[in-house]
Amino acid sequence: MTAMIESVANDVRVGQPIPTRNIAARVSWSWLGAIPYFAFTTLFMLIPVAYLFIGAFQNQQGEFTFANLIDLTSPNIAASYWLSIRLSFASAAIGTIAGLLLAYAVIMGGLPSWLRHAFTTFSGVASNFAGVPLAFAFIATLGRLGLVTIILKQVFGIDLYASGFTLYSFWGLALTYLYFQLPLMLLVITPAVEGLKPEWREAAQSLGANRAQYWLEVGLPVLTPSVLGCFLLLFANAFGTLATVIALTGSNFSVVPIVLFQQIRGNVLYNPNLGYAIAFGMVVIMVLSNTLYLVLRARAERWQK
Amino acid sequence: MKHGFPIASTLIVFVAAAYFLVPLYATFQFSLQMKRGELSLASYASVLASADFINTLSYSAIASFAAILFGAILVVPTAYWVRLKLQKLRPAVEFLSLLPLIIPPVVLVFGHIRLFGSSSILPLTMTSTGTDILLIVGYVVLSLPYMFRAVDNGMAAIDIATLTEAAESLGASRLRTIVEIIFPNVRSAIVAGAFLTFSISLGEFVLASLLNRPAFGPYMVQLGEDRAYEPAALAILSFALTWILMLLMQLFATRKPNQRLLPRFGTGQSRKLAP
Repeated sequence: MTAMIESVANDVRVGQPIPTRNIAARVSWSWLGAIPYFAFTTLFMLIPVAYLFIGAFQNQQGEFTFANLIDLTSPNIAASYWLSIRLSFASAAIGTIAGLLLAYAVIMGGLPSWLRHAFTTFSGVASNFAGVPLAFAFIATLGRLGLVTIILKQVFGIDLYASGFTLYSFWGLALTYLYFQLPLMLLVITPAVEGLKPEWREAAQSLGANRAQYWLEVGLPVLTPSVLGCFLLLFANAFGTLATVIALTGSNFSVVPIVLFQQIRGNVLYNPNLGYAIAFGMVVIMVLSNTLYLVLRARAERWQK
Repeated sequence: MKHGFPIASTLIVFVAAAYFLVPLYATFQFSLQMKRGELSLASYASVLASADFINTLSYSAIASFAAILFGAILVVPTAYWVRLKLQKLRPAVEFLSLLPLIIPPVVLVFGHIRLFGSSSILPLTMTSTGTDILLIVGYVVLSLPYMFRAVDNGMAAIDIATLTEAAESLGASRLRTIVEIIFPNVRSAIVAGAFLTFSISLGEFVLASLLNRPAFGPYMVQLGEDRAYEPAALAILSFALTWILMLLMQLFATRKPNQRLLPRFGTGQSRKLAP
């Protein structure tokens, strides 16, 4: 079918006569059909973002400057970026490792296959269960009056909040993010884990390798590009998270999206162009992690043929 | 290579299951404790009876439906046309459809507010209707990656070139081909994209809050600040809704064109025509 479309497309492109009516009109006008889509994405995606990017390189008088980008390194803003990066890194790292272990357990762990089906279905839902309701669920679980907090205290005598833990902190947020990171990891790493061919294991075995040697020298090296790629996807996923943070901590926990949110609300930085620069910085980080993800995925696909 | 009982896998699965299920159970249990000393559904009653709940939820539902409609009208003809005539543009179209995954929503809405603000040539944020439109447009952008992927996969599953030739040789106009042949054949793909769009936009907070819309997301955040037990009830309701939407989406995404939603009793699959 693709070949057929391509041949049609080719005919149209080079303008060879095909015996259809008013072909002349279609040769020159077929690109018009793509205009609504390009117009929409340009007007509501490219231009608004370009507007912010240009503003990031201007001062309030509209002159070209790097001052806003340099201001990103001022203590408050650099601290926000650093906090965001650390939080995204921690939640992505935990999500990656936990998701990989879970994928291993349900796919090749020798467990009944209904378990795998159950986890996959649940993950499809849980990876979409983010935002405000997720925060509410964790407040009801691990908040100051949450069920688990109370049970730990009354039954096991462990007072979480007295020991310094709070849900409204770095690790509290990381634990909450894990609820959508772990399912996402399970879903995106499954093809790679499935791609580990039993023949490789058998070959390694017949050459005298033990389990650990197989994993260290065959399994993990094959999986590494996929795992790193998925890690970056999870990183980007956490980096853009805003609603969950607001519902959990109000606006007190100043990750980058929160700072930008407040800046849009009330120009708290007293410099609109610095706001543009923060937005620019966010997109740069997203572009970097997503590009690397695509590169690593392309590399990983070599093994999945 | 497997010997005996898989201890490690069992342990991993047990911990993961506990991590997934304990918060759900805890939230449910918490939501029942509104009345002191007894378990009741009072928090659910309180949520469902509130006028704000009904109003904001209907507002967001309408905005989501509008975004689905607009998204489908934008994406279906484009995906069709690109497959049929403009293979050359395919990388560009696909790239644009994936961009919303790279642009965080807060950045997108920031750009919208600045570009369509009071002093621009298209001051959408100056009127209430204009801001509603901007919110819907924002949801169309956010759901573009999922909508495009779903519809494009749907198109890959049917032979659009042959269908188009057949329609044309029977004298159908281009518009009629799209409306009467292509749309019905990718209907289940559109519906799958629609459920994803719905699950993204119904409880969406960032765009709605920054555009000052009376939507469900900002209402939930406000409720979280004011109340103790109702948010837990909302979380349970919302988890149930996500569950339903995802199941419906999977049902439609794997459904073939013209397949019945439920298999007919007695005849089963046998009466289905081979593709």
